Amino acid sequence: MSTSAQVVPVAAGVDRRRYWLDREGVLGPLLLLPTVVYIIALVGFPLVLAVLYSVSDATVGDQSLDFVGLRNFRAAIGDGTFRVALRNTVAFTLVSQLIVMLLANLLALVLSADFHGKRLVRFLVMLPWTTPVALGVLGWLWTLDNVYSPIDYAFRQMGLLGPSIGPLRVDNPVSDVVRWLGLGSVFGTGSNVLWLAQPALAQLSVLLVHVWRTLPLATVILLAGLTAIPQDVKDAANVDGAGFFRQLFYIRIPLLLPIMAVAFLYGIVFTFTDMTIPFILTNRGGPVDSTQVLASWAFIKGIEGGSLGEGAAVAIFLFPVMAGVAALMLRLARRTETS
Amino acid sequence: MAAPVYRASLPDANELARERRRARLRRFGGRSVLYSAASFFTLFAALPFAWMLLTVFKQNADLYDPNHNPFLYNSPPTLDNVRLLFEQTQYATFIRNTVFVSVFVVVITLVATVPAAYSLTRLAGRWGESLGIAIFLVYLIPPTLLFIPLSRVVAELGVRNSWWAMVVVYPSFTIPFCTWLLMGFFKSIPWDIEEQAMIDGYSRLGAIWRTVLPVSIPGLLTVVVFSLALTLHEFVYALAFVTSSAEKTISIGVTTELIRGDVYFWQSLMAAAAIVAIPVAILYNLFLDRFIAGFTLGAVKG
Amino acid sequence: MAAIEARGITKRFDGGGGAAVDGIDLASTDGEFLVLLGPSGCGKTTLLRMIGGLEPPTAGDILIGGRVVTDLPPRARHIAMVFQSYALYPHMTVFNNIAFPLQAAKLPKETQKQKVGWASGILGIDHLLDRKPRQLSGGQRQRVALARALVREPNVFLLDEPLSNLDAQRRASARDELQQFQRRVGTTTLYVTHDQVEAMGMGDRIAVMDQGRIRQVGTPLEIYDDPADTFVATFLGSPPMNLIPDGASGLLFGFRPEHFVPASDATGDDAVRFPFHVHRTEYLGAERLLYGAVGETRTIARFPANADLPIHVGATSEFAVRRRDLKRFDRETGLRRDQIRGIG
Ligand SMILES: Nc1ncnc2c1ncn2[C@@H]1O[C@H](COP(=O)(O)OP(=O)(O)O)[C@@H](O)[C@H]1O
Ligand SMILES: [Mg+2]
Repeated sequence: MSTSAQVVPVAAGVDRRRYWLDREGVLGPLLLLPTVVYIIALVGFPLVLAVLYSVSDATVGDQSLDFVGLRNFRAAIGDGTFRVALRNTVAFTLVSQLIVMLLANLLALVLSADFHGKRLVRFLVMLPWTTPVALGVLGWLWTLDNVYSPIDYAFRQMGLLGPSIGPLRVDNPVSDVVRWLGLGSVFGTGSNVLWLAQPALAQLSVLLVHVWRTLPLATVILLAGLTAIPQDVKDAANVDGAGFFRQLFYIRIPLLLPIMAVAFLYGIVFTFTDMTIPFILTNRGGPVDSTQVLASWAFIKGIEGGSLGEGAAVAIFLFPVMAGVAALMLRLARRTETS
Repeated sequence: MAAPVYRASLPDANELARERRRARLRRFGGRSVLYSAASFFTLFAALPFAWMLLTVFKQNADLYDPNHNPFLYNSPPTLDNVRLLFEQTQYATFIRNTVFVSVFVVVITLVATVPAAYSLTRLAGRWGESLGIAIFLVYLIPPTLLFIPLSRVVAELGVRNSWWAMVVVYPSFTIPFCTWLLMGFFKSIPWDIEEQAMIDGYSRLGAIWRTVLPVSIPGLLTVVVFSLALTLHEFVYALAFVTSSAEKTISIGVTTELIRGDVYFWQSLMAAAAIVAIPVAILYNLFLDRFIAGFTLGAVKG
Repeated sequence: MAAIEARGITKRFDGGGGAAVDGIDLASTDGEFLVLLGPSGCGKTTLLRMIGGLEPPTAGDILIGGRVVTDLPPRARHIAMVFQSYALYPHMTVFNNIAFPLQAAKLPKETQKQKVGWASGILGIDHLLDRKPRQLSGGQRQRVALARALVREPNVFLLDEPLSNLDAQRRASARDELQQFQRRVGTTTLYVTHDQVEAMGMGDRIAVMDQGRIRQVGTPLEIYDDPADTFVATFLGSPPMNLIPDGASGLLFGFRPEHFVPASDATGDDAVRFPFHVHRTEYLGAERLLYGAVGETRTIARFPANADLPIHVGATSEFAVRRRDLKRFDRETGLRRDQIRGIG
């Protein structure tokens, strides 16, 4: 008894409040606070505001939020350009991402092999994703120029473009072969293709640049997935007598499917919500709105036209796709966690 | 069940020779296809950049003649176009604005993400990971959905039409993205070292400062690189919030102020793009693996 | 069925210093169970992968059934391999895993079914055919991997530490099953392991490897009783062979701990005597180990636990080894200097 009485709790007399910062329940939320506040203020609140705008008559001049019901949506849908933009957005997204999936599988196949100059090739094929999108599109704007396009020059030299009779006809071995194949002047008999000046070709160009831009992203995601396939499994397939295509279709692609879905979803996000490409490449969705997309149309209506309500209503159409993608992404993340 | 007769399947000499020929042919064919495909993809990806770089040093008389082979220098290369860009345009101003915006965004991102990522990996327990993914998904909310309401926010804050608008808005996507990246880093650091520091008498914050941060320097560097890269990549917000040319950053300055349809100006324009695009690409490329590790949401290990 | 042979096979990895496999000559007989035994990192897997065609050799040739197959791809070699990780295809059912080599060979569906049934029957996994690999236990996965190897009736089985992922108990019974299975199908088998118990228990012959070279090839008995050098002598046996330097001859005397007995028990006059200073005894249930020294050299003696020993810790007593149990090694090269009885 007498000995235990001398035992004094170490913490006695220490002011416990001094240690409040060491408590996980306090420190955790505290450290998270700035980020959460920032996201709520600059993403959460604007998201709500976007919905409010879409059902109000707000303009740049008069920002008061007077409820007008679905008037903005009716106005938006009633507008022919909106319908073109909606169709374009869906078409650009789906078509470009299907092409990207195909090409990304091929490119990942190439980059997973060993060959000379692979590092340089990898750097170069990543360029469309790693450079600022506006500047890359600027490069395309000049590459697809109506007069000075180097592609047009190459086509002219190959006989694919330009007159097939008369003094301006180009003659060389390549163009002879091209004409023999019946491909002479397939891009027209004029001196230029006019990539960005005709609606159909302008749409094709926008599509092409979307593919160009998202292909590297899909490829590196697939490459990351490929490295996750155990070497033993690939070796086993080899020993089991599977040839290149059997390995590709029975081992590689099935094992890559979940990660392909991830790449596809990201591709959807980035193409569906993009406005930079038509904005720069076809000078805000031209010619005559033939390459208009939802995002650029929202910008033109809401920011340039000053009609905040209608712009917001157009932009709201991006939302269901985003929500769907986010939900799928979460499911994929959860599935890979459990397996 | 009667077992099938165990059959030897040894190839005979002829068969072997045939197999050998076939293997050689297949190897050769495979290599040819491989190199052709690599060339095709490289050409497709690099074409606009190659044309960009080629254009920069061309003289007017050479470039603006449709009969000249555009892939060659028909007149000697010149630096005049680059000089023109810096001396007669606002390019230098755009660069200056970009640097200011970048520095502020990087600092804000670091200050917000380091504590947040730490909290989510170490203190938030079970739902830290889910919250982290939720925050990452915020990154996917597109600027094109938010620019209209944000223009109001920016106006209310009194930074409309100034590069401060970008300083305020850009962290809304750099923070979610970098928090998630940094979480990956913190997860890979063993808890032992900070617990050891706490047992040795440091407070939690002291332990973070002295043990976690020093070993996370590659992670912090990644945050710096990606908040910088995302800032330089951004186009839509800048376009929506800034109209006066003295406040513009490179990506909108170059595309809105320097495009002059009527004047032959492409060399300088391409110089303006290349000067920024190439360094950003190199920097980005160095950290690409980190980027992908974050993007795949941990669906791919390693 | 066919014998395998490696001729002067060498592998150097890019930038990897020395040779991972260094000029190995090795030949199996037809239908043999040949074990490749060696410490981790000695090049066993690399050798196996070269035989399988997964790794091109830097030099040398691989022969299967007497024919050079060095530049043939794996699928042209008609071999089967079982990997340490089993390498089951995670997205396929057990049935499809086993049938995969048959599909690659484009056999008719009916034949595939029949053969899968036969192979899974032999291995006792016919009730698992609809499961995915992740729904199987370690032992079941190993059998699936074996069934997949068996089903295509290969020339050769190559097995790379197939039991190392099993727990100790499973491993003992799997060892037994695997050996019986090989006897039944009679296919030439090259079995890689770093576990001497597996090697001794299963192999018709053992090839002992170290640092990319073969040190000795022989039956388990030959390898154990007549090691060709000090590496083999100390790598096999637990505790390993004692090696005592002999001042007079400049050789190393080697003897197994169980051959080191009190001089009084060593009958006959052909025994070589050593003064043994005992430091410590260890009682291991079935046997007893005496740790001590002969001169400066640490030495171990082993006895049945029930042996009656007049030994005291701290004392020095006279011990002896019968002459025929004593091996002589060169002190510099480690090679045997006396006659080796086995085929070597
Ligand atoms: N792909 C490779 N690249 C470089 N070195 C390798 C490679 N594979 C194996 N090695 C090296 O070769 C040696 C032998 O390896 P391995 O055959 O796997 O040994 P074991 O299977 O006997 O443990 C080791 O030193 C290992 O580091
Ligand atoms: Mg090994």
